[in-house]
Amino acid sequence: MHIPDGYLGPATSGFFYVAMLPIWTVAARIVKKTLKAKQVPLLAIGAAFSFVIMMFNIPIPGGSTGHAVGGVLVAILLGPWAACIAITVALVVQALLFGDGGITAIGANCFNMAFVLPFVGYYLYKALSRNAPLGSNRRVWAAGAAGYIGINVAAFLAGVEFGLQPLLHHTADGQALYSPYGLNIAVPAMVGQHLLIFGWVEAIVTALVIKFLQKQAPELLQEGRG
Amino acid sequence: MKITTKLWIGLGVLILLSPLGLLLPEHFKTGAAWGEWGIDEIKKLVGYVPKGLEKLAPLWNAPLPDYAFKGWEGKGLSYLSLAYIISAVVGIAVTVGASLLVGKLLAKKGK
Repeated sequence: MHIPDGYLGPATSGFFYVAMLPIWTVAARIVKKTLKAKQVPLLAIGAAFSFVIMMFNIPIPGGSTGHAVGGVLVAILLGPWAACIAITVALVVQALLFGDGGITAIGANCFNMAFVLPFVGYYLYKALSRNAPLGSNRRVWAAGAAGYIGINVAAFLAGVEFGLQPLLHHTADGQALYSPYGLNIAVPAMVGQHLLIFGWVEAIVTALVIKFLQKQAPELLQEGRG
Repeated sequence: MKITTKLWIGLGVLILLSPLGLLLPEHFKTGAAWGEWGIDEIKKLVGYVPKGLEKLAPLWNAPLPDYAFKGWEGKGLSYLSLAYIISAVVGIAVTVGASLLVGKLLAKKGK
């Protein structure tokens, strides 16, 4: 889901940078109010977890690859705004040091994976786990479902961003200037793979870590964060 | 043991296992992720290279492109796995450093 340089036209790249600026600003402001000094190591662990889990490329035999993002988990533990900051850090490091995701696409990639994904996942988890005891299985299922839906909504947006390019930018004879596939191909491709495979990986990763934390550190699952 | 210590250990284990993310796709001979093709692959897929894409794609020269060392392309999978692990270590070190800095700048003191 890391859109590379050259796949989005300048209008789309610019739009998402502009869209992310207020989101990053609000995130910084809210995290400043809510993040406690003792939570800072957890923020770093969350960013590092998201970074490394994205290196686990899962193959679809004969097809392509994809990966989990870990962003819903970070949002459950630290709140969606802190998760936004943690995942942004991971995505910027991936783009700058490893060329994973384009420099021009940092705005779009952050919008999909560092904003929409943790927010959708966080509020879905909150809704599904309302009034559930910290150690309950419902929280594990809620975390899995939130991971699954969160990454799929992000994949859908990435598909739309890819798919709009040939409509926005093409030559007189119909050749695309940037990403070449329209919405009818890009959206089903992105969503299909995540519904079938990568969404389940995100779900399992999120649910297993929540299960582990229920036993090891249930205080991390308390409400009232973010 | 503190929970953060356990989580750091978990990250260490993930770093050591990270080459799976390289070896499994290699084993199943999968291509790039959807929408992350190189110039050659895109030419094969659609029959031409979109002009704007061709211009923008090489915009950034990452120091460790695709979690590998430049010039190691022809080396075996064990070398690539080593480069992958080193990339994970470097990436995590920078990610942790940057987020600790951001966190320290933002977080409330004394709580």
